[in-house]
Amino acid sequence: MTGSIAAIGAGLAAIGAGIGIGRIGGSAMEGMARQPEAASKIQAAMIIAAAFVEAVSLFAVVVALLGN
Amino acid sequence: MRNNRFFVVNRHAFVLIFALFSFVSINAFANTENVHSDSTQAQVNHTDSAAHGNAHAAGHGEEEKFNPSELILEHIADSYDWHLWGHTSIHLPVILYTDKGLEVFSSGKFNHGHDVYAGKNNYKIEHNHIVIVDAAGNVDEAASKKVLDFSITKNVASLLLSVTLLIIIFLSVASAYRKTEGKAPKGFQSMIEPVIIFVRDEVAKPNLGYKYGKFMPFLLTIFFFIWMNNMLGLVPFFPGGANVSGNIAFTMVLAVITFIVINLNGSKAYWGHIFKPHVPLWMYPLMIPVEIVGIFTKPIALMIRLFANITAGHILILSLISLIFIFKSALVATVAVPFAVFISVIELLVAFLQAFIFTMLAALFIGMAIEEPHADH
Repeated sequence: MTGSIAAIGAGLAAIGAGIGIGRIGGSAMEGMARQPEAASKIQAAMIIAAAFVEAVSLFAVVVALLGN
Repeated sequence: MRNNRFFVVNRHAFVLIFALFSFVSINAFANTENVHSDSTQAQVNHTDSAAHGNAHAAGHGEEEKFNPSELILEHIADSYDWHLWGHTSIHLPVILYTDKGLEVFSSGKFNHGHDVYAGKNNYKIEHNHIVIVDAAGNVDEAASKKVLDFSITKNVASLLLSVTLLIIIFLSVASAYRKTEGKAPKGFQSMIEPVIIFVRDEVAKPNLGYKYGKFMPFLLTIFFFIWMNNMLGLVPFFPGGANVSGNIAFTMVLAVITFIVINLNGSKAYWGHIFKPHVPLWMYPLMIPVEIVGIFTKPIALMIRLFANITAGHILILSLISLIFIFKSALVATVAVPFAVFISVIELLVAFLQAFIFTMLAALFIGMAIEEPHADH
Protein backbone atom coordinates (compact mmCIF):
# COMPACT_ATOMS: atom_id res chain seq x y z
CA MET A 1 0.00 0.00 0.00
CA THR A 2 2.87 2.40 0.58
CA GLY A 3 3.39 2.78 -3.15
CA SER A 4 -0.15 3.97 -3.79
CA ILE A 5 -0.18 6.40 -0.86
CA ALA A 6 3.09 7.96 -2.02
CA ALA A 7 1.57 8.21 -5.49
CA ILE A 8 -1.39 10.12 -4.07
CA GLY A 9 1.04 12.47 -2.34
CA ALA A 10 2.95 13.05 -5.54
CA GLY A 11 -0.32 13.61 -7.39
CA LEU A 12 -1.41 16.24 -4.87
CA ALA A 13 1.97 17.95 -5.26
CA ALA A 14 1.48 17.95 -9.04
CA ILE A 15 -1.95 19.54 -8.64
CA GLY A 16 -0.53 22.22 -6.36
CA ALA A 17 2.32 23.00 -8.72
CA GLY A 18 -0.07 22.98 -11.67
CA ILE A 19 -2.31 25.58 -10.06
CA GLY A 20 0.67 27.67 -9.00
CA ILE A 21 2.48 27.65 -12.33
CA GLY A 22 -0.82 28.12 -14.17
CA ARG A 23 -1.55 31.26 -12.21
CA ILE A 24 1.97 32.59 -12.75
CA GLY A 25 1.77 31.91 -16.49
CA GLY A 26 -1.72 33.39 -16.78
CA SER A 27 -0.81 36.56 -14.93
CA ALA A 28 2.39 36.91 -16.94
CA MET A 29 0.40 36.60 -20.18
CA GLU A 30 -2.01 39.26 -18.96
CA GLY A 31 0.86 41.52 -17.99
CA MET A 32 2.54 41.03 -21.34
CA ALA A 33 -0.66 41.74 -23.25
CA ARG A 34 -1.17 44.96 -21.33
CA GLN A 35 2.45 46.01 -21.60
CA PRO A 36 4.20 44.27 -24.51
CA GLU A 37 7.31 46.40 -24.09
CA ALA A 38 7.91 44.88 -20.65
CA ALA A 39 7.55 41.32 -22.00
CA SER A 40 11.19 40.28 -21.53
CA LYS A 41 11.31 41.50 -17.94
CA ILE A 42 8.00 39.81 -17.13
CA GLN A 43 9.22 36.60 -18.72
CA ALA A 44 12.40 36.48 -16.64
CA ALA A 45 10.45 37.14 -13.45
CA MET A 46 7.89 34.53 -14.48
CA ILE A 47 10.53 31.83 -14.96
CA ILE A 48 12.08 32.54 -11.57
CA ALA A 49 8.70 32.44 -9.82
CA ALA A 50 7.79 29.25 -11.66
CA ALA A 51 11.09 27.69 -10.61
CA PHE A 52 10.30 28.40 -6.96
CA VAL A 53 6.82 26.91 -7.22
CA GLU A 54 8.20 23.92 -9.05
CA ALA A 55 10.85 23.39 -6.36
CA VAL A 56 8.16 22.98 -3.71
CA SER A 57 6.41 20.30 -5.74
CA LEU A 58 9.70 18.58 -6.49
CA PHE A 59 10.42 18.50 -2.75
CA ALA A 60 7.07 16.79 -2.31
CA VAL A 61 7.91 14.26 -5.02
CA VAL A 62 11.30 13.50 -3.50
CA VAL A 63 9.71 13.06 -0.07
CA ALA A 64 7.11 10.76 -1.67
CA LEU A 65 9.92 8.75 -3.26
CA LEU A 66 11.88 8.51 -0.01
CA GLY A 67 8.77 7.59 1.94
CA ASN A 68 8.04 4.85 -0.54
CA MET B 1 7.17 -5.23 -2.63
CA ARG B 2 7.71 -7.00 -5.90
CA ASN B 3 4.24 -8.52 -5.93
CA ASN B 4 2.52 -5.38 -4.83
CA ARG B 5 -0.97 -5.90 -6.11
CA PHE B 6 -1.45 -2.34 -7.26
CA PHE B 7 1.49 -2.56 -9.57
CA VAL B 8 1.03 -5.88 -11.31
CA VAL B 9 1.61 -5.50 -15.02
CA ASN B 10 -1.98 -5.17 -16.21
CA ARG B 11 -2.81 -2.45 -13.77
CA HIS B 12 0.50 -0.90 -14.50
CA ALA B 13 -0.22 -0.86 -18.18
CA PHE B 14 -3.63 0.63 -17.51
CA VAL B 15 -2.17 3.36 -15.34
CA LEU B 16 0.47 4.13 -17.94
CA ILE B 17 -1.91 4.30 -20.90
CA PHE B 18 -4.34 6.39 -18.87
CA ALA B 19 -1.54 8.73 -17.95
CA LEU B 20 -0.41 8.91 -21.56
CA PHE B 21 -3.70 10.46 -22.57
CA SER B 22 -3.98 12.69 -19.57
CA PHE B 23 -1.79 15.45 -18.31
CA VAL B 24 1.90 15.16 -19.16
CA SER B 25 3.38 16.24 -15.86
CA ILE B 26 1.05 14.05 -13.83
CA ASN B 27 2.28 11.24 -16.05
CA ALA B 28 5.80 12.01 -14.96
CA PHE B 29 4.94 11.97 -11.30
CA ALA B 30 2.85 8.82 -11.50
CA ASN B 31 5.64 6.98 -13.25
CA THR B 32 8.14 8.16 -10.71
CA GLU B 33 5.94 6.48 -8.15
CA ASN B 34 5.60 3.27 -10.12
CA VAL B 35 9.31 3.06 -10.53
CA HIS B 36 10.02 3.30 -6.87
CA SER B 37 7.32 0.88 -5.85
CA ASP B 38 9.87 -1.76 -6.64
CA SER B 39 13.19 -1.24 -4.99
CA THR B 40 14.49 -4.71 -5.77
CA GLN B 41 17.25 -4.22 -8.23
CA ALA B 42 18.43 -7.77 -8.56
CA GLN B 43 18.90 -9.12 -12.06
CA VAL B 44 19.05 -5.67 -13.55
CA ASN B 45 21.23 -6.92 -16.32
CA HIS B 46 18.53 -9.27 -17.56
CA THR B 47 15.96 -6.53 -17.91
CA ASP B 48 18.52 -4.65 -19.87
CA SER B 49 18.48 -7.30 -22.53
CA ALA B 50 14.68 -7.15 -22.46
CA ALA B 51 14.88 -3.54 -23.50
CA HIS B 52 16.77 -4.48 -26.59
CA GLY B 53 14.21 -6.77 -28.05
CA ASN B 54 14.82 -10.07 -26.31
CA ALA B 55 11.97 -10.20 -23.85
CA HIS B 56 13.53 -13.24 -22.22
CA ALA B 57 16.42 -13.11 -19.87
CA ALA B 58 19.49 -14.44 -21.57
CA GLY B 59 21.09 -17.34 -19.79
CA HIS B 60 17.97 -18.13 -17.81
CA GLY B 61 15.79 -20.96 -18.98
CA GLU B 62 12.45 -19.70 -17.73
CA GLU B 63 10.69 -16.68 -19.05
CA GLU B 64 10.91 -13.58 -16.95
CA LYS B 65 8.20 -10.97 -16.69
CA PHE B 66 9.13 -7.59 -18.15
CA ASN B 67 9.52 -5.25 -15.23
CA PRO B 68 9.51 -1.58 -16.28
CA SER B 69 10.47 -0.34 -12.80
CA GLU B 70 13.67 -2.36 -12.79
CA LEU B 71 14.49 -1.38 -16.35
CA ILE B 72 13.99 2.33 -15.74
CA LEU B 73 15.85 2.36 -12.45
CA GLU B 74 18.75 0.52 -14.03
CA HIS B 75 18.90 3.06 -16.84
CA ILE B 76 18.87 6.14 -14.64
CA ALA B 77 21.30 4.66 -12.12
CA ASP B 78 25.07 4.75 -12.25
CA SER B 79 26.84 1.55 -13.29
CA TYR B 80 30.26 -0.02 -13.58
CA ASP B 81 30.02 -0.71 -17.31
CA TRP B 82 28.89 1.54 -20.11
CA HIS B 83 26.34 -0.33 -22.17
CA LEU B 84 26.76 -0.04 -25.96
CA TRP B 85 24.32 -2.43 -27.65
CA GLY B 86 22.99 -5.95 -27.17
CA HIS B 87 25.43 -7.69 -24.88
CA THR B 88 28.35 -5.38 -25.66
CA SER B 89 29.49 -2.92 -23.07
CA ILE B 90 32.62 -1.00 -22.21
CA HIS B 91 34.09 -2.30 -18.99
CA LEU B 92 35.16 0.72 -16.98
CA PRO B 93 37.94 0.50 -14.42
CA VAL B 94 37.11 -0.21 -10.80
CA ILE B 95 39.31 1.59 -8.28
CA LEU B 96 38.87 0.59 -4.67
CA TYR B 97 40.68 1.56 -1.52
CA THR B 98 40.31 -1.05 1.19
CA ASP B 99 42.09 -2.01 4.40
CA LYS B 100 44.43 -4.11 2.34
CA GLY B 101 45.40 -1.23 0.06
CA LEU B 102 44.59 0.06 -3.38
CA GLU B 103 42.93 -2.24 -5.86
CA VAL B 104 42.49 -1.53 -9.57
CA PHE B 105 40.80 -3.92 -11.98
CA SER B 106 38.38 -3.96 -14.89
CA SER B 107 34.68 -4.21 -14.16
CA GLY B 108 34.57 -6.92 -16.84
CA LYS B 109 35.86 -9.26 -14.11
CA PHE B 110 32.37 -9.14 -12.58
CA ASN B 111 30.84 -10.47 -15.80
CA HIS B 112 27.78 -8.15 -15.47
CA GLY B 113 27.46 -8.80 -11.76
CA HIS B 114 27.36 -12.60 -12.06
CA ASP B 115 30.89 -13.39 -10.90
CA VAL B 116 32.91 -12.80 -7.78
CA TYR B 117 36.29 -11.19 -8.40
CA ALA B 118 39.07 -12.45 -6.17
CA GLY B 119 41.61 -9.71 -5.59
CA LYS B 120 42.97 -8.89 -2.15
CA ASN B 121 39.41 -9.51 -1.01
CA ASN B 122 36.53 -11.19 -2.82
CA TYR B 123 34.39 -8.52 -4.47
CA LYS B 124 30.91 -8.74 -5.86
CA ILE B 125 28.36 -6.24 -7.18
CA GLU B 126 25.27 -6.21 -5.02
CA HIS B 127 22.49 -3.69 -5.71
CA ASN B 128 24.84 -1.67 -7.90
CA HIS B 129 27.45 -1.37 -5.15
CA ILE B 130 30.67 -3.27 -4.71
CA VAL B 131 30.66 -5.39 -1.56
CA ILE B 132 33.16 -7.77 0.01
CA VAL B 133 32.03 -11.39 0.23
CA ASP B 134 33.62 -14.28 2.11
CA ALA B 135 34.55 -17.64 0.64
CA ALA B 136 31.00 -18.95 1.04
CA GLY B 137 29.59 -16.00 -0.90
CA ASN B 138 28.02 -14.19 2.05
CA VAL B 139 28.30 -10.40 2.19
CA ASP B 140 30.68 -9.13 4.86
CA GLU B 141 28.80 -6.01 5.98
CA ALA B 142 31.49 -4.58 8.26
CA ALA B 143 34.27 -4.91 5.69
CA SER B 144 32.04 -3.63 2.86
CA LYS B 145 31.39 -0.40 4.71
CA LYS B 146 35.11 0.34 4.80
CA VAL B 147 35.54 0.07 1.03
CA LEU B 148 36.19 3.47 -0.53
CA ASP B 149 34.99 3.33 -4.12
CA PHE B 150 36.81 5.69 -6.52
CA SER B 151 35.77 3.78 -9.63
CA ILE B 152 35.45 5.45 -13.00
CA THR B 153 31.77 4.62 -13.28
CA LYS B 154 29.53 5.50 -16.21
CA ASN B 155 28.67 8.87 -14.67
CA VAL B 156 32.30 9.71 -13.98
CA ALA B 157 33.32 8.73 -17.51
CA SER B 158 30.52 10.85 -18.96
CA LEU B 159 31.53 13.72 -16.69
CA LEU B 160 35.14 13.51 -17.92
CA LEU B 161 33.85 13.42 -21.49
CA SER B 162 31.77 16.56 -21.02
CA VAL B 163 34.67 18.32 -19.32
CA THR B 164 36.95 17.41 -22.25
CA LEU B 165 34.34 18.63 -24.73
CA LEU B 166 33.94 21.91 -22.86
CA ILE B 167 37.70 22.44 -22.72
CA ILE B 168 38.06 21.76 -26.46
CA ILE B 169 35.13 24.05 -27.33
CA PHE B 170 36.22 26.94 -25.15
CA LEU B 171 39.93 26.74 -25.92
CA SER B 172 39.16 26.78 -29.66
CA VAL B 173 36.71 29.65 -29.26
CA ALA B 174 39.16 31.57 -27.10
CA SER B 175 41.94 31.14 -29.65
CA ALA B 176 39.51 32.25 -32.38
CA TYR B 177 39.11 35.54 -30.51
CA ARG B 178 42.86 35.97 -30.55
CA LYS B 179 43.04 35.28 -34.30
CA THR B 180 40.06 37.37 -35.42
CA GLU B 181 40.66 40.24 -33.05
CA GLY B 182 38.65 43.26 -34.07
CA LYS B 183 36.80 41.29 -36.75
CA ALA B 184 33.40 39.62 -36.83
CA PRO B 185 33.18 36.22 -35.10
CA LYS B 186 33.58 33.19 -37.34
CA GLY B 187 32.33 29.61 -37.31
CA PHE B 188 31.70 28.02 -33.93
CA GLN B 189 32.59 31.29 -32.25
CA SER B 190 29.37 32.84 -33.59
CA MET B 191 27.37 30.09 -31.89
CA ILE B 192 28.96 30.48 -28.46
CA GLU B 193 29.14 34.27 -28.39
CA PRO B 194 25.36 34.94 -28.24
CA VAL B 195 25.01 32.45 -25.37
CA ILE B 196 27.77 34.15 -23.40
CA ILE B 197 26.21 37.56 -24.12
CA PHE B 198 22.87 36.11 -23.02
CA VAL B 199 24.30 34.96 -19.68
CA ARG B 200 25.98 38.33 -19.22
CA ASP B 201 23.02 40.54 -20.15
CA GLU B 202 20.06 38.47 -18.90
CA VAL B 203 21.56 36.73 -15.89
CA ALA B 204 24.62 38.52 -14.52
CA LYS B 205 23.96 42.22 -15.09
CA PRO B 206 20.34 42.44 -13.81
CA ASN B 207 21.15 40.47 -10.65
CA LEU B 208 24.67 41.51 -9.80
CA GLY B 209 24.82 45.12 -10.94
CA TYR B 210 28.18 46.69 -11.71
CA LYS B 211 30.09 43.94 -9.87
CA TYR B 212 29.03 41.31 -12.42
CA GLY B 213 32.50 40.86 -13.93
CA LYS B 214 33.86 39.09 -10.87
CA PHE B 215 31.19 36.39 -11.05
CA MET B 216 31.00 35.86 -14.82
CA PRO B 217 33.55 33.00 -14.87
CA PHE B 218 31.60 31.13 -12.19
CA LEU B 219 28.21 31.71 -13.82
CA LEU B 220 29.41 30.78 -17.30
CA THR B 221 31.10 27.65 -15.97
CA ILE B 222 28.05 26.30 -14.16
CA PHE B 223 25.79 27.29 -17.06
CA PHE B 224 27.78 25.49 -19.77
CA PHE B 225 28.68 22.59 -17.50
CA ILE B 226 25.06 21.85 -16.58
CA TRP B 227 23.87 22.42 -20.13
CA MET B 228 26.51 20.12 -21.62
CA ASN B 229 25.73 17.35 -19.13
CA ASN B 230 21.98 17.71 -19.65
CA MET B 231 22.41 17.49 -23.41
CA LEU B 232 24.77 14.50 -23.23
CA GLY B 233 22.24 12.79 -20.98
CA LEU B 234 19.60 13.12 -23.70
CA VAL B 235 21.69 11.28 -26.30
CA PRO B 236 20.31 7.75 -26.08
CA PHE B 237 23.39 5.86 -27.32
CA PHE B 238 27.03 5.47 -26.37
CA PRO B 239 28.77 8.83 -25.87
CA GLY B 240 25.74 10.06 -23.96
CA GLY B 241 23.08 8.24 -22.05
CA ALA B 242 24.56 8.63 -18.59
CA ASN B 243 22.25 10.37 -16.17
CA VAL B 244 24.92 12.73 -14.83
CA SER B 245 22.88 15.82 -14.02
CA GLY B 246 20.13 13.56 -12.67
CA ASN B 247 22.54 12.32 -10.03
CA ILE B 248 22.06 13.88 -6.63
CA ALA B 249 25.79 13.80 -5.84
CA PHE B 250 26.59 15.81 -8.97
CA THR B 251 23.97 18.47 -8.23
CA MET B 252 25.05 18.51 -4.59
CA VAL B 253 28.62 19.42 -5.54
CA LEU B 254 27.34 22.26 -7.74
CA ALA B 255 25.09 23.45 -4.92
CA VAL B 256 27.95 23.33 -2.38
CA ILE B 257 30.16 25.39 -4.71
CA THR B 258 27.32 27.89 -5.11
CA PHE B 259 26.85 27.95 -1.33
CA ILE B 260 30.53 28.76 -0.84
CA VAL B 261 30.49 31.50 -3.50
CA ILE B 262 27.35 33.08 -1.99
CA ASN B 263 28.60 33.11 1.58
CA LEU B 264 32.21 34.08 0.92
CA ASN B 265 30.95 37.15 -0.90
CA GLY B 266 28.33 38.04 1.70
CA SER B 267 28.42 41.75 2.47
CA LYS B 268 28.01 43.33 5.87
CA ALA B 269 24.37 43.99 5.01
CA TYR B 270 23.81 40.31 4.15
CA TRP B 271 25.10 39.03 7.48
CA GLY B 272 23.34 41.92 9.19
CA HIS B 273 20.02 40.72 7.75
CA ILE B 274 20.68 37.30 9.21
CA PHE B 275 22.00 38.13 12.68
CA LYS B 276 20.49 41.58 13.21
CA PRO B 277 17.20 41.58 11.25
CA HIS B 278 15.10 44.77 11.24
CA VAL B 279 12.45 43.41 13.58
CA PRO B 280 11.59 44.05 17.25
CA LEU B 281 14.07 42.46 19.65
CA TRP B 282 11.62 39.88 21.02
CA MET B 283 11.33 38.33 17.55
CA TYR B 284 15.08 37.60 17.33
CA PRO B 285 14.83 34.06 18.75
CA LEU B 286 12.36 33.33 15.95
CA MET B 287 13.92 35.26 13.09
CA ILE B 288 17.58 34.32 13.46
CA PRO B 289 17.02 30.54 13.23
CA VAL B 290 14.73 31.09 10.24
CA GLU B 291 17.37 33.20 8.50
CA ILE B 292 20.10 30.66 9.27
CA VAL B 293 17.96 27.86 7.83
CA GLY B 294 17.42 30.14 4.84
CA ILE B 295 21.16 30.14 4.09
CA PHE B 296 21.05 26.37 3.63
CA THR B 297 17.67 25.94 1.93
CA LYS B 298 18.73 28.03 -1.08
CA PRO B 299 21.48 25.67 -2.31
CA ILE B 300 19.44 22.61 -1.26
CA ALA B 301 16.58 23.85 -3.45
CA LEU B 302 19.04 24.27 -6.33
CA MET B 303 20.27 20.73 -5.78
CA ILE B 304 16.84 19.09 -5.66
CA ARG B 305 15.46 21.13 -8.58
CA LEU B 306 18.10 20.09 -11.08
CA PHE B 307 18.20 16.48 -9.88
CA ALA B 308 14.43 15.96 -9.92
CA ASN B 309 13.82 17.73 -13.22
CA ILE B 310 16.39 15.76 -15.18
CA THR B 311 15.54 12.44 -13.53
CA ALA B 312 11.82 12.96 -14.14
CA GLY B 313 12.52 13.62 -17.82
CA HIS B 314 14.57 10.44 -18.20
CA ILE B 315 11.93 8.37 -16.38
CA LEU B 316 9.18 9.80 -18.57
CA ILE B 317 10.92 8.92 -21.85
CA LEU B 318 11.90 5.45 -20.62
CA SER B 319 8.40 4.65 -19.40
CA LEU B 320 6.93 5.67 -22.76
CA ILE B 321 9.29 3.28 -24.51
CA SER B 322 8.51 0.63 -21.88
CA LEU B 323 4.86 0.73 -22.95
CA ILE B 324 5.82 -1.19 -26.10
CA PHE B 325 7.28 -4.03 -24.04
CA ILE B 326 4.47 -4.00 -21.49
CA PHE B 327 1.88 -4.57 -24.22
CA LYS B 328 4.26 -6.75 -26.27
CA SER B 329 2.89 -5.13 -29.41
CA ALA B 330 4.54 -3.10 -32.15
CA LEU B 331 1.28 -1.18 -32.66
CA VAL B 332 1.78 0.62 -29.36
CA ALA B 333 5.03 1.95 -30.80
CA THR B 334 3.06 4.08 -33.27
CA VAL B 335 1.79 6.06 -30.29
CA ALA B 336 4.67 5.67 -27.85
CA VAL B 337 7.58 6.51 -30.15
CA PRO B 338 6.20 9.82 -31.53
CA PHE B 339 5.21 10.77 -28.02
CA ALA B 340 8.68 9.91 -26.75
CA VAL B 341 10.19 12.03 -29.54
CA PHE B 342 7.88 14.87 -28.55
CA ILE B 343 8.94 14.59 -24.90
CA SER B 344 12.60 14.44 -26.01
CA VAL B 345 12.16 17.74 -27.82
CA ILE B 346 10.62 19.23 -24.68
CA GLU B 347 13.60 17.82 -22.76
CA LEU B 348 15.93 19.77 -25.06
CA LEU B 349 14.18 22.90 -23.83
CA VAL B 350 14.27 21.67 -20.23
CA ALA B 351 18.02 20.97 -20.55
CA PHE B 352 18.59 24.62 -21.44
CA LEU B 353 15.99 25.94 -19.02
CA GLN B 354 17.39 24.07 -16.01
CA ALA B 355 20.92 25.28 -16.76
CA PHE B 356 19.50 28.80 -17.11
CA ILE B 357 17.46 28.58 -13.90
CA PHE B 358 20.39 27.20 -11.89
CA THR B 359 22.61 30.03 -13.15
CA MET B 360 19.87 32.62 -12.73
CA LEU B 361 19.12 31.63 -9.14
CA ALA B 362 22.82 31.40 -8.28
CA ALA B 363 23.23 34.93 -9.66
CA LEU B 364 20.13 36.07 -7.76
CA PHE B 365 21.41 34.65 -4.46
CA ILE B 366 24.89 36.10 -5.02
CA GLY B 367 23.24 39.41 -5.89
CA MET B 368 21.31 39.32 -2.60
CA ALA B 369 24.52 38.53 -0.71
CA ILE B 370 26.69 41.26 -2.23
CA GLU B 371 23.99 43.92 -2.02
CA GLU B 372 25.06 47.16 -0.39
CA PRO B 373 22.83 48.53 2.37
CA HIS B 374 19.94 50.65 1.10
CA ALA B 375 19.39 54.20 2.25
CA ASP B 376 15.91 53.39 3.56
CA HIS B 377 17.12 50.85 6.10
